Amino acid sequence: MREILLGGVPRRGLVLLSILLALLVALPIVVNDYLITVLILILYFAYVGQAWNLMMGFAGQLSLGHALYVGLGAYAAAALYVHYGVSPWIGLGASIAISAAAGAIIGFLAFRFGVSGVYFAILTIAFAEFARIGFDHWSWVGGSAGFFLPVANYTRSDLWNLRGSPTMFYYLMLAMTVAAFVLCHLLLRARVGYYWLAIRESPEAAQALGINIFRYKMYAVVLSAAMTSLGGVVFAFYYNNLFPEQVFHISRSIELILGPIIGGIGTLFGPIVGAFVLTALAESLGEIMHAFGIDIPGIKQVFYGVCLLVVVMFLPDGIWPPLSKALGLDGKRIQGGDKPGKSDTGGGG
Amino acid sequence: MAALLELSSVSKSFAGLKAVQDVSFSVPEGSIVALIGPNGAGKTTCFNLVAGVYRPDAGEVRLGGARIDGWRSDQICRAGVGRTFQLVKPFAGLTVMENVIVGALNATAGVREARQKAGEVIEQLGLGPKLDHMASSLTLPERKRLEVARALATGPKILLLDEVMAGLRPTEMDHMVAVLRELNARLGLTILLIEHVMRAVMALSAQVIVLHHGEVIASGPPAQVTRDPAVLECYLGEEAV
Repeated sequence: MREILLGGVPRRGLVLLSILLALLVALPIVVNDYLITVLILILYFAYVGQAWNLMMGFAGQLSLGHALYVGLGAYAAAALYVHYGVSPWIGLGASIAISAAAGAIIGFLAFRFGVSGVYFAILTIAFAEFARIGFDHWSWVGGSAGFFLPVANYTRSDLWNLRGSPTMFYYLMLAMTVAAFVLCHLLLRARVGYYWLAIRESPEAAQALGINIFRYKMYAVVLSAAMTSLGGVVFAFYYNNLFPEQVFHISRSIELILGPIIGGIGTLFGPIVGAFVLTALAESLGEIMHAFGIDIPGIKQVFYGVCLLVVVMFLPDGIWPPLSKALGLDGKRIQGGDKPGKSDTGGGG
Repeated sequence: MAALLELSSVSKSFAGLKAVQDVSFSVPEGSIVALIGPNGAGKTTCFNLVAGVYRPDAGEVRLGGARIDGWRSDQICRAGVGRTFQLVKPFAGLTVMENVIVGALNATAGVREARQKAGEVIEQLGLGPKLDHMASSLTLPERKRLEVARALATGPKILLLDEVMAGLRPTEMDHMVAVLRELNARLGLTILLIEHVMRAVMALSAQVIVLHHGEVIASGPPAQVTRDPAVLECYLGEEAV
């Protein structure tokens, strides 16, 4: 077990990872409520970014509609809770099933009929838009007026019904982020991980080596959708309100993928680093502006744009690859030559 | 010897262009057969028909007696056909080891076993020193060897090699010839190769099949085929004969 979990990880990396984890566990003791909410946001983006990264970074399938799975997961668990009093811990089963089914339908339509690359990405946007318009008109879950979870002041946190303080949500999100990280780490070291990377690098060569590329691409889409939907469940119970125009909107899908892109597509730490950098910087920027009495609407989006621009221009592989090299954590892969790897990951074909 | 691979009256057209026309030949188990012919003769199309990239318009492809035409290329690989691509397709963002592990997983139960097998194949092809190098950093001759290593790691009954000698220096070619000979002699691996380099064809193959305009125009031992007037004509032109 030890070898399966830790094989190939440099010792220095383990030490740093343990310190980081200990720090994150201890953090709520020292920081105030505002910082906790920022940290929840960071962990949320790290988690859903990891889920998206599994599909794009590992298997090379570009999704620009991941808000679909967030929304379906959020609405499914919230509706079961509001209408039938079902605990989100049970409701998440429905969230996973519905999102996985949606992913399977999109994957089947695309991969069965040879839709790939940007055309696949457009298909994912289309389905997220269908959902947005559909939920706008579905009165059982509030339609465009929004769907609300009952809010009350709780004297203590109720983990079973996910009602409670930000600190509870913080630990929940932390656990999910760690679990997603470990899962992705294990998948990458298994048959399925090797097959995904092969498909990402060259689908034809992968198929010639005996890989059923349809099946493995389906695994990636379904698993990514299921993981993302769990992020949606937490989203619903944390914010207590859902509006189709917000939840399913394409800007949500874009926001969700910025973390892994800036952190480093296809790396395990990229989504985490990216989420941290983006959210922390965006929030502190907001605070600084606020302190100076400046209020510019949309400044956060402008800031995201600038971050993306800087990374694309100066760190085309994202922040993590050069950062891991600087920390001495990049293992023993030898780049050599004049052209670094990942030559065709960006295309998503 | 029984035929391991058998093509009977296989044809394939692309928008009216007859790339392969009524081609029949067989590759006996344990043999090395070369497929030669001028550019555009239909050699690579033949390979792609065998490997499942294309479905033949007519005719049958049999592997060990069972029909495989119409199968997907991954199914054909699992049935025992390993192939390399003329234009090499390494997994550029992965290391040499990881590239070959992907191939080895086809014939092994898990990653640990695949890693071991990949290591052996990499040594066999002299890529040992490049184990942890990214495939994108390899030179063309190294990439060709990686193609062979990856295909070989799938544990094929027959290996289809598409111009793996092209671009190799004479010493590198001798090494490749020696490796292929050893695989054939030691493991009884059947090899079908497309090759332009006659030195390699002569050194390796017991039988040569010559394609021209999508049709088989000659076949037999190399020495005999290279004296065949029809073969000389298609390579050198009518006046030369």
